[in-house]
Amino acid sequence: MLKVLFTNQIQLGLAQAAVAATLALLVILLARGRGIHLEVETLVAMVRGLVQIVIVGSVLLLLLRSPRWMGALLLVPMMIAAGGISARRAKDIPGAFKISALAIAAGAGFVIALMTLLGVIDVGITSLVPVGSMLIANAMNTNGLALNRIRADVLAHTGEIETALSLGASANAAVAPYVQASYQASLIPAIDSLRSLGIVWIPGLMAGMLLSGARPVYAAIYQFVVLTMIFAASGLTSLVSTIMVRGNLFSAADQLLMQPGAAGS
Amino acid sequence: MSPTMARLRAEHLCRQVGEKIIVDDVSLEVHAGEIVGILGPSGSGKSSLLRLLNRLDEPTSGTVFLENTDYRNVAPRELRRSVGMVMQRPYLFPGSVAENVTFGPKQRAEQIAGDKISELLGEVGLAGYASRDVSRLSGGEAQRVSLARALANSPRALLLDEPTSALDDASKSGIESLVTKIVRDKQLACLLVTHDHGQAERRANRILYMDHGRVSEQKP
Repeated sequence: MLKVLFTNQIQLGLAQAAVAATLALLVILLARGRGIHLEVETLVAMVRGLVQIVIVGSVLLLLLRSPRWMGALLLVPMMIAAGGISARRAKDIPGAFKISALAIAAGAGFVIALMTLLGVIDVGITSLVPVGSMLIANAMNTNGLALNRIRADVLAHTGEIETALSLGASANAAVAPYVQASYQASLIPAIDSLRSLGIVWIPGLMAGMLLSGARPVYAAIYQFVVLTMIFAASGLTSLVSTIMVRGNLFSAADQLLMQPGAAGS
Repeated sequence: MSPTMARLRAEHLCRQVGEKIIVDDVSLEVHAGEIVGILGPSGSGKSSLLRLLNRLDEPTSGTVFLENTDYRNVAPRELRRSVGMVMQRPYLFPGSVAENVTFGPKQRAEQIAGDKISELLGEVGLAGYASRDVSRLSGGEAQRVSLARALANSPRALLLDEPTSALDDASKSGIESLVTKIVRDKQLACLLVTHDHGQAERRANRILYMDHGRVSEQKP
């Protein structure tokens, strides 16, 4: 129906965005009816997302004519931004931004670099930037989930953690059950994505590859490759993040720094 | 150690968080085999004082001596092993009673023999409970396990933070008698935080009153 009304591609895109956003807003209104208030956060996220992706689209247009190393350079601010966004899920964890940015750089950055060197990711900007951004975005989500979960678990179990400390346990041992739980929980989306590949989920990248002339079987195999890289990047990010956060939860004298009364949110 | 040397001695202990003074210049001594009761209204700093003595929190100023050794010179894990703490809620770890009792020694890669576990459980009136799952214990039994778990570390001092406040009268009386006997038998230095004047009068050799973070009165 929209395609009949709008013949200009940009206008069509904006109309499609408006329809999708309206649907999202209706969902938020339904949630509001149940006393769940996500209006401001969702609105800001949608406006930000639209503006950001349009800017990136425009930048990519310019980058297509740039040298190849520009693609790698573009991934660096992406990782820093991803660190900032996922750190907001754990504001009261000391050093959350530093932990997030370093964990994403170690996880997604390492997988992107290794896979590019091995020729799994094409070094061309049209391949490196979209695939790299997928790995960074998923690493960001995993990191946010891991930090959010560990924050919630530590705040809910300060009694158990301090009891373990008071019995002579090290900080690492006292918090280990919650670190393990947060690591496992953070990887559930990545594992489910792998599990549902081709049955529930056919990633957009596959459609793009088919449209650009790739053979269907190769396009299908490459989806598996991308999802496996996403899993590796997410798993490594979460591992680094949960190891680093452990050190920031305690003082040098193994005292738990985060307490329920002092939690900011 | 000389006979008059305090087992546990706090000197000018202070803790301030932001603008709020939580513990204000507290000095006290506890001798081996002695129970010192700490009474005071909610928010007076009683539990915060115990947390400082176990070094779960860091003093803003002042320090604590454990048999004349400044506790800042003792590794925190070793200090906490020596200064056992029993909290208001037992916070038992999932698993069996024996697994809870052996938790402390396991942190130092020490094994506790079955006989020793039975002995510890016997001391707290829970003989035969070793294999029982902690989820099946009553409140009083759980608190006894918590006490046995602290004792398994062979502490030199024992900090009790309202250990009977969540228990019924029968369980409360049992734990009280048990603590008195254990402190005397093992010659521990014991600080008992309680809001129960009767309990403090019955069990403590001395009573300190805390208000607004300060020890305001000492009753011999």
